[in-house]
Amino acid sequence: MASVEHKSHDMGLHTEQLSGRTQQRFFDASAQENFTYPWAHEVDFGEQAEFDAADMESTAINLRIRELLESGVGSITVKNPRARHGVGVGILNRANITYEGSLGYFGCGLIDGPNVHITGRVGWSCAENMMAGTVVIEGNGGSTFGAAIRGGDLVCKGDVGSRTGIDQKGGTIIVGGRTGAFSGFMMQRGRMVICGDAGKNLGDSMYDGTIYVGGDVEDLGVDCVPGELTELDVKWLATKLGMYGLEPECGIGNMKKFVAGKQLWNYDNLEPSEKKLVL
Amino acid sequence: MCGIAGLIHRGKNADVGSEMTAMLQSLKHRGPDSTGFALYGVPAEDQFVMRFKVAEQEDMKHGFDIHQAVIDRKNKVNDRLDKLGAKIVSEETSTEYAHRYTFSYSGDMRKLADFVEDIDGAEILSIGKGLELIKDLGDAAEVSGQYSLTGFQGTHAIGHTRMATESDVDIRSAHPYWAYPFNDVSVVHNGQLTNYWTYRRAMERKGHRFMSNCDSELIAVYVADRIDSGDDLESAMHRSVDELDGVFTYLVATSDSLGMAKDVMAAKPMVLYESNDFVGLASEEVAIRSIFPNEIETWDPYEGEVRVWQA
Repeated sequence: MASVEHKSHDMGLHTEQLSGRTQQRFFDASAQENFTYPWAHEVDFGEQAEFDAADMESTAINLRIRELLESGVGSITVKNPRARHGVGVGILNRANITYEGSLGYFGCGLIDGPNVHITGRVGWSCAENMMAGTVVIEGNGGSTFGAAIRGGDLVCKGDVGSRTGIDQKGGTIIVGGRTGAFSGFMMQRGRMVICGDAGKNLGDSMYDGTIYVGGDVEDLGVDCVPGELTELDVKWLATKLGMYGLEPECGIGNMKKFVAGKQLWNYDNLEPSEKKLVL
Repeated sequence: MCGIAGLIHRGKNADVGSEMTAMLQSLKHRGPDSTGFALYGVPAEDQFVMRFKVAEQEDMKHGFDIHQAVIDRKNKVNDRLDKLGAKIVSEETSTEYAHRYTFSYSGDMRKLADFVEDIDGAEILSIGKGLELIKDLGDAAEVSGQYSLTGFQGTHAIGHTRMATESDVDIRSAHPYWAYPFNDVSVVHNGQLTNYWTYRRAMERKGHRFMSNCDSELIAVYVADRIDSGDDLESAMHRSVDELDGVFTYLVATSDSLGMAKDVMAAKPMVLYESNDFVGLASEEVAIRSIFPNEIETWDPYEGEVRVWQA
């Protein structure tokens, strides 16, 4: 990290103040406007149901979840999903969903609202394009974890693969362990918290957003630079990690913060219409 | 896209034929064109196992002469083995065009391989004391049934389901590849090599033979060349990660070990499960779940990672 510190001094970033997009408001999971889909079902969280998916295909599992939501069940437990792909995708309801086991590729993708708990691990692209809600994984995660998420909290308590949060557009990704190479690649907004080590090319070509790392960083990608960990950061990290029972070995106050150097794109000179195109 | 899988039992034999069939069948959606198995059975001290074919499956659908031709080619193989002093112990015919021989031989194995492959249409799929390499068109269940792989006892295996992208749908381009002429070395691969021709030409200048235009074959030849130069398996694989360019995850098996390598971008998937007596790897976790339905802890190996396990 010596070279990283040196680089940050050279760039005058040790006194960096949060401004602009990095100062975004955090997502509020209780905000009513996030759950305004006219087709979302009214569910009762006190009403519970469970089913065994051991012999079911992904489509059948997803249809069963939808049937339960439609009937007003708000707390659903799916047993033995056995790493099948595309399970739990496209759920636009508030609901508590527990998967007792592991999910395969693209699990919980495109969701907007549910609180999901996975007791096993997840494959590639978990919660891709997630809009809101929470996804908490007790085991490990595959690559492209949280690709292009726009909101909500995506939490993996174990290790994840490479390209975590690629194209992240909002929300929070939290990894209890280690992440692989190119994490935060082309990140645009939101926050990523890695309690353990990060592989090479962290934050490569990121436009904006913030990455916090508790362990060692193999190296930084193009235009990703160290930032100053402020009191606000520490307070937010303590609250957020505390919600999920996580804490980096180094202690929250010793975490490293990384932001976009904004040298690749002359971002703020773009016209508003051009910004829309980019985002 | 292709799917690859590997497994190794530490210190015991198991029905690796059924296990690999189940793993590959669950990866069928990653590649329906062909399926291949490299199974490592109980090695015989003084005998080799040779799997070879004398025609492509596609050839058998065209013309009437091919049926006599495959018989003639097989007889030629017998003649040539006899000429070199190899003594055939047993012969099994899996299909009209694919055969399994056990034989004893004390001469130069490269010479034997070249002599057999000089016969029109003949291709040795594998030679080894434990290795048996089977590949054909169709999914895992079809190929396994066709070649009676259920019940195959051994310590380890690798396998492949192929989606043909850069070369033909035929047995020649199917995986695994035998690392000619090295006994018991086989490779499966998921990905693309971008410096294929550079290294292929270099390997050909060194006298290595290529049976296909599939970039995956280069990995087998490359690893064989490195082992021939004195590298152990793990060193050869580390070197491959530095020298072979592209996106890839590949598995290599030898008579007593199983190795895995991932490119520096970690662009191709691999999920790994490891316990005290078993290691399973596959492009997708569903393959591991096909033999371990209960909850187990799995993870993705990282970029540039090389691992080798002993049986």
